[in-house]
This record gives sequence, structure tokens and C-alpha cells, in this order.
Amino acid sequence: MAQSSQEWQEETLRVDQTDLLIVKGGTGKPLLVLHDEMGHPGWLKWHAALARERTLLIPLHPGYGRTAAPEWIRTIRDLAGLYCIMLRQQKLAPIDVIGFSLGGWIAAEMAACNPDQFRRIVLVAPAGIKPSEGEIRDIFQMMAPDQLRSSVLDYENTPEFTSLFGGIGPEQFELWEDARAQTARLAWQPYMHNPSLGHLLEVVDTPTLLIWGRQDAIVPLNAGQIYQRSIPGSKLVTFDQCGHRPEIEKLSDFLRETQSFLA
Amino acid sequence: MHISYFTERPYRYVPNDMVIQNGFFGNPNKYFDPVKGGQLLNEYLDEKLLAEEVGFDGVMLNEHHDTSFCMGSVMNVEASVLARITRKVKIALLGNPLPIVGNPLRLAEELAMIDMISGGRLVSGWVRGGGSEQFASNANPAFNREYFNEAHEVVIKAWTEPGPFRYEGKHFHYRFIDPWVLPIQKPHPQIWIPGLLSPETVEWCAEHRYPYIALATFLPPTVDLWDFYRDAAARQGYQVGTENFGYLQKVYVAETEEKAHEIAKYDMFGGAGIGYSLFGQPQWMFPPGYNSRQATRRIARQFSAPDSTQGSPWATAASGGTQSAQETRQNISAAQVQHRSGIWGETRDSVDSTRQHIFGSFPEVEKQFQIICGTPKSVLPKIRKVLECLRPGIFFFWQNDGPIKREDRINNIRLLGNEVVPAVREMGKELDLKSPFEVKPGSRPLAASGKAESVGSLEPLAGMFN
Repeated sequence: MAQSSQEWQEETLRVDQTDLLIVKGGTGKPLLVLHDEMGHPGWLKWHAALARERTLLIPLHPGYGRTAAPEWIRTIRDLAGLYCIMLRQQKLAPIDVIGFSLGGWIAAEMAACNPDQFRRIVLVAPAGIKPSEGEIRDIFQMMAPDQLRSSVLDYENTPEFTSLFGGIGPEQFELWEDARAQTARLAWQPYMHNPSLGHLLEVVDTPTLLIWGRQDAIVPLNAGQIYQRSIPGSKLVTFDQCGHRPEIEKLSDFLRETQSFLA
Repeated sequence: MHISYFTERPYRYVPNDMVIQNGFFGNPNKYFDPVKGGQLLNEYLDEKLLAEEVGFDGVMLNEHHDTSFCMGSVMNVEASVLARITRKVKIALLGNPLPIVGNPLRLAEELAMIDMISGGRLVSGWVRGGGSEQFASNANPAFNREYFNEAHEVVIKAWTEPGPFRYEGKHFHYRFIDPWVLPIQKPHPQIWIPGLLSPETVEWCAEHRYPYIALATFLPPTVDLWDFYRDAAARQGYQVGTENFGYLQKVYVAETEEKAHEIAKYDMFGGAGIGYSLFGQPQWMFPPGYNSRQATRRIARQFSAPDSTQGSPWATAASGGTQSAQETRQNISAAQVQHRSGIWGETRDSVDSTRQHIFGSFPEVEKQFQIICGTPKSVLPKIRKVLECLRPGIFFFWQNDGPIKREDRINNIRLLGNEVVPAVREMGKELDLKSPFEVKPGSRPLAASGKAESVGSLEPLAGMFN
């Protein structure tokens, strides 16, 4: 895991009855970062870049790694509810948010619940909406290493991918299995989407940026187009030759779009 | 001693190379011909009748889904037929996969009807279902244990508590439980739990005083697990006995050693030894959240070092994961790692080379007692070793898997019934192996000292696996 103790530290926040571990780093206005279905991947280049102007708040989702999962969180909407409580309790709203894949789905649920708690929303290839063309890849019928490889277009030539996911030690494997098990608890059926989300997003008038890789093999671009139609005024930006992880596959494009939108 | 007969009821017309290439699970069902399948299902039912005729005390069924390995996709249907056409045998269902049935109340009704039609001859077992079974029924694998426990509670309540009543669990909800079909056997049919030595399951059995049935597992780790059950039973305040344990043993007999070996060899495609590794590819065998934390840890170690010969994930799934199990299985699991991982991993191995290794490991499988084969006379000393070692009150002859011809299957059953079963029954008497029909499981008091005695012992095996 790429880590530098200079750039971030961990805090524990009591929300409802959950001791939520939060990775916190950077300087400036807070930016809520919601990680994907494989857990917080460590402090990457894009974290470091965004942290120059923003204080990143990265809660480790309950059940993904070291935050214990409370029994009552059974859906992504429940998890979104926990973060709504957190924002209110910490008086963080309105806040900017960026969510990746499953984390993007959480952000979308939060926005549908209360759009006013966000100032700007960035959703990077979020799950949550069923595409009408193609299918969300069934990650549960893959072992973790295959799942990760298929999440980028060209894993052998994505440098940060190799440094992060190249070596599979037993501890890493266990963390992935924890994350995959919790994802199964939350999103086994309906698989990785909420049939009501598209309808509920119609109330969201918060400026929203959707970022998608055109070759995303996990959540097809078509889901992004539906998201874009569901959220009034939202903007969909796509990158060519890019899979499900624009933040490491197309780092400079990702930073340019994100930083200008959040400015 | 209770002596029962079991076969997986495979679909025998599956292309052999396809199974080697892909495993049993996940092959397209365009290869399944329902006319041939129907013929086979009827043959298997007739073979159960024959087993009753030649003197077995019971017949056992199991359930698997989406696989040519076993056609018992809804074994309660087969059991319903057997309930009517057999007269005396116990019908042991080992087991209904509780986490994947979706509606445990309906399951309670189906089983009650089987018990009623059979006149109280049902033995009802439960399993968690293999990893692939979770996909086949879209049962969330991360809730597998929770579904299991809750469905079990629903079934037992439906059978034993007067209705109507309401049930509101985490996963199952009923506003009206009042079935007008109930088991004849009171408080309910015996419950036996089959397994592959998962310590979590063994502990659960001991808590519920349910006999544990080891599915042809390697002998040394099975003895270890018997002791694990013994200790868990002692914590519940009782002494284990032979009635707490059952064992499935592959046995093939024919008139000559040569013929028996020739037939038994095909079982290598039916589940013995290395054949387990053919059951399904890892992404289907280990779905997310399906395994306990300890099991995940074992799998993590093995997946992170796939080239090591410390044991394969498939071997772990097949036979638990104790240290002695790993030592005992080293040769077999090494072959699995090299050849299964070869086929399914990144380094492709050829179908022919895998086939050669599967058949090539037969002597090792036989040495480990995973298969006992020979003439009715020559198999007896080995069966006796197994009985002395494990002292099971329930003993299942498991056979006729893999591509074995009908006349050979029938010959097996006849020779077993006529010559082997009577001798084994005598051994059972001599060794005082009481079945759960003779001694109620969990009814033996613990010694005043609180010290529990073992049922199994490794002593009879001394020197055998060196």
C-alpha cells in the first residue's frame, strides 16, 4: 500500500453507534471521498494532488477493512444514511463529495435523500443504476485478482495498478475478501443497483460531474448516460482508452476535470 | 449400526474433456438430454429398491445444482418417490441446503409429507450448500450461515410448535405458520449433518446433539474432528458415543481384484481424492462471504502462493484444513495444485496431462482409503480398519459415481448386499457400534470427572500412511 505518514492520518468518529475510521489528509476546504467496493486503496497520486488544495475526508466504509459493520446497515441507502448523520453531526454540510464506483452510488443515494448537503458532486463510474445496454459486470463470479484486473483497461501498463495490486499477499487477499463480502451483503440483489435511484435523483439540482472511462468493463458507460439524464444539469465527461479507474488510468485528465469542477 | 447406500446419481453422458477443462459446475446445459436424464433417474430409484432388497438399512440422497456430478437438483422429489416405493429403509436426506431454499416453511411441509408417506422413515439432514449452489439459487453467500441458522429455526418451530403463530426473523418472515402436514416422528425426524470437516459445523452439531456425517474425508483429520466434537459435546454436558458419528466410505466390489480396480478407477471422476478438485472453479467454490474468517485465511494463504505444494484450496474445501490433514494429503494436493491450477490458472496445462494425473493418483487415493476396492472378501479387512478407527454408528457405502456401466453398478450393489453388508453388520456388533436409532445422541452422561472419552482413534492406522 502506497502510504506516507506525512500526508495523512487516521481519526475515529463516533457516528450513531459506529466507530468510523476516517483517513484525513491535505489542506483547505473539506472534500468527502467515498471509496469503492474493494476498500480504500491507500494514498495514491490523485489523493496527493487533490490534497494540495482540499482536506480529504475518507471514511472507511463499515465492513470494509477496519470499521466494524453495524447490523442495521443492510443496503447502500442505509450506508448513505449513516454518512448523512455524519455530515449533520459534524456540521460539514454543504460539502463537496467525490465517490468511486460503489462509493459513487453511496454519494448518489445521499444526494437523492438530501441534495442540499452537497455543494458539488463528482461521481466516478458509479454503480447504482442498471444500464439499459450491457450489464454491470458480476464481480461476485470472479476471484478478487481477476476482478481487479478487469477494472482497468490495461493492467500491465497502468503503473499505479501494478504497484497497488501487483503483489497478492495473504493479508491483502483477506482485506479484499472482507470488502467483497460486505459488498455482497449490501448489493447482491438487486445486483449493484437500486431500481428507485434514477427516479429519486430527479430532485438533485446540485452541480454534478460524472466521469467515465469509455471502455469501463465493470459499469458500462450506458449507466453514465442514464445517470446524466436522471440528474438535471449534470455533466458527463468520458475518457477514451480508459476502464473503471480513471483516477489511476487517466490521472492528468482526471485531475484536470475534477480540480476545475471543484474550484 | 445403521448401514446405508449412497450414490451421487451423476449424469453420465457429459463430455469427459469438458469436465477436465471446466470442472463439473458451470457447463452449458445444452449437453443435458432430459430423456437420458429421466432414464438415469429411474435407474437410480430402482437401484435404491435393490439396495433395500439386498439388506441395506437405509438409502441416502443428496442435492446439488447445475452440475452433471449429481442430478439430485430437488432431492425431495426423489425422496417422495422412495417414500412410496420402498418399505423399510430409512430415507436419509443429507442434506437439504437450508441457505438456498428460500422458503424454509415450504421445506418443512415437503419433508413432513415425505415422513408421512414413508410411515416415519425420514432422516432429515441440512447442509450449507457448496459455493456453486449459492449461485445456482442466487442465495447471498455472505448470509449463508445466517440463512442456515434461521431456516433451521423456522423448520423446527413449524414441526414442533402448535400453530398458528407468527415468525419475524432477520431474513425470513411468516405471518401465519400452521402447517397441516407434520412429521409422524416426534418431536421430529432425526437430523444428521453431513460435512467435510468444517469445525464450525461440527461445533454446531455438538450443540444440537445431531450426529455428524463425514463425507469420505481423510481418516486422520476425521479422528481429530471427532475429538473436536467430543470436546464441544462435553461443554454441553454429555459424552459422545458411536451414535454421534457417521462416515461415508467409497467401496467397489467385483468378482476379481482386477475388475474391481478397473471399475473403481472411473470413480476418480466422481469425487474421490483428486476428483474433488473437478467440482467447480474457485470463483464459484469460494463466493464472497461464504467462508468463515478462519477458512478465508486458509484460502488466502493458498491463493497467494498458488505454486506451493502446501495444499490446494480445493483440497481444503474437500477435507477441512487441519495440520495433520495437510500432511496426509500432501501427494494428492500437490497434484491438484500443479494440475488444477494449471488448467484454471495462468499456466495452461493440457487436458490429457491432467487426465493422466487424475488417474495416476489412483494408487495414492486407494492407499489413503479414499477408495476401498477388491473382492467382497478382500475389502473386509480395510473396512474393519475404518470402523476400528472412526467407530461410526452409521456407515454409508458410497459408490457408482463416474462413468460406470449399469450392470457393474448393479453387480456392486448385489455383492455388497449379499456378502459385504452382513459381515460389516457383524463387525458393528463386535465393535459395539450403536446407531442413533439404538442410542439417543447426546443421552450419554459425562463422567463425574468431567473428562470426555474419544470415540475414534488413530491407533488402528499406525504405520499405514508412511
